[in-house]
Amino acid sequence: MSLSVNHLLGIRGLQRQDIELIFQTADQFKEVLQRPIKKVPSLRDTTIVNLFFENSTRTRISFELAEKRLGADVVNFSASGSSVSKGETLIDTVNNILSMKVDMVVMRHSASGAPHFLSRHIDVPIVNAGDGINEHPTQALLDAFSIREKLGSLAGKKVAICGDIMHSRVALSNIYCLKELGAEVTVVGPPTLIPKHMETALGVNVSYDIRETLAWCDVANVLRIQLERQNTPLFSSLREYSLAYGVNRKLLDSLQKEVVIMHPGPINRGVELDSDVADSGHSIILNQVENGVAVRMAVLYLLSGKKSGKLVE
Amino acid sequence: MKTILNGTQVAITIDRLCHQLIENHLDFSQSVLIGLQPRGIYLSDRIYHTLKKLLPGVHINYGKLDITFYRDDFNTQLHVPNETTIDFSLENKKVILVDDVLYTGRTTRSALDAMLDFGRPSVVELLVLIDRRFTRQLPIQADYTGRTVDAIISEKVKVRWSDRDGKDEVILE
Repeated sequence: MSLSVNHLLGIRGLQRQDIELIFQTADQFKEVLQRPIKKVPSLRDTTIVNLFFENSTRTRISFELAEKRLGADVVNFSASGSSVSKGETLIDTVNNILSMKVDMVVMRHSASGAPHFLSRHIDVPIVNAGDGINEHPTQALLDAFSIREKLGSLAGKKVAICGDIMHSRVALSNIYCLKELGAEVTVVGPPTLIPKHMETALGVNVSYDIRETLAWCDVANVLRIQLERQNTPLFSSLREYSLAYGVNRKLLDSLQKEVVIMHPGPINRGVELDSDVADSGHSIILNQVENGVAVRMAVLYLLSGKKSGKLVE
Repeated sequence: MKTILNGTQVAITIDRLCHQLIENHLDFSQSVLIGLQPRGIYLSDRIYHTLKKLLPGVHINYGKLDITFYRDDFNTQLHVPNETTIDFSLENKKVILVDDVLYTGRTTRSALDAMLDFGRPSVVELLVLIDRRFTRQLPIQADYTGRTVDAIISEKVKVRWSDRDGKDEVILE
């Protein structure tokens, strides 16, 4: 049994059994992370480069921890201060790094499709750590893994993705992943932040009423308002957004039900999510971060088996 | 195909191995039993339950160890991991590793590596149902052996368990 893909470019290219294999492997890595010595030598012969062309804190640290706990050698690259600022192309940057005998690439880029482009030019496994507004597959995998851990399974569960759907790569990857695993998905937010034709194109429900959606769902994955991706404002003010779509204690208490609260981080506290909810027992935000390392270990481990025709039994 | 052990012989052998363990470990207060995934756990389950019958009221620490991440062939093959369940420390304990067949010794070597991540045992012993002699690739020997078998490399020793394969037997194919 092995992954059906050579790269993890997005959830769109994965089959259900791929996701289940990643989860099964991540379960065992989670056990490794509970041990006194949290390191295994599985990727001892592998060098991985983390190419971060866009800012990141938790994803980069999470990948780096995952790589180190698998025993891999790690090289970090960030675009600022590199030859990219001198005009070097993406292909040249990567080929130069690969000439130094690197076995895998983890890449974040602000351009949607950048890892797909790269995968056509280099033959080492590539893991997409977020490309523009397209996909963020490891985030979706760890989100689904966290829901599965909390609720037992994804099949038949009702998941709401709340907020800035338009600019969110997390939303798109989550929709693919949750649908593949049998969950029912509703996206909710201001009409200006929800792309048209989502129902028909992606098979999700669309709502513009946060209260109604929270009353319907088992899990609410609250997304960050991505002001850095908005050239022109798509809502009147942060305060008004918070009043209309912010998830707060008063709103949750009025529902008289338990809703599991998730957030991919970083949180704009007091905007899309209030602190008294983010830090409450409903929230599994820190579990998401913890599971991120195990899920990324699983992805790197399984993809490394694709290198040089390795087999996964 | 040749039967090495039939169902009755498997039961007698497991009983004998358990008595040998009791001779050396007495009340198991400082000893732990670790079955090696994936196939050693069928034997370790039997050993554990037989020991519990022979020593009623005695608590025996029993865990299952997967060695997938510690294999020495990760350059050529990757394997999907099995479950590891060891919810106690191995620090200063007498560890009894249990596997069904001792062949090249590489699984045992990986198990020694994996085990050290749970603490530093005072003693490590190896118990196997079948010891294939003359096939070792590493200097590893069993402390407790059910049956020693001479088999050529092209032959396979298969251990079948009633709870998984319908009946207990060991065959040479």
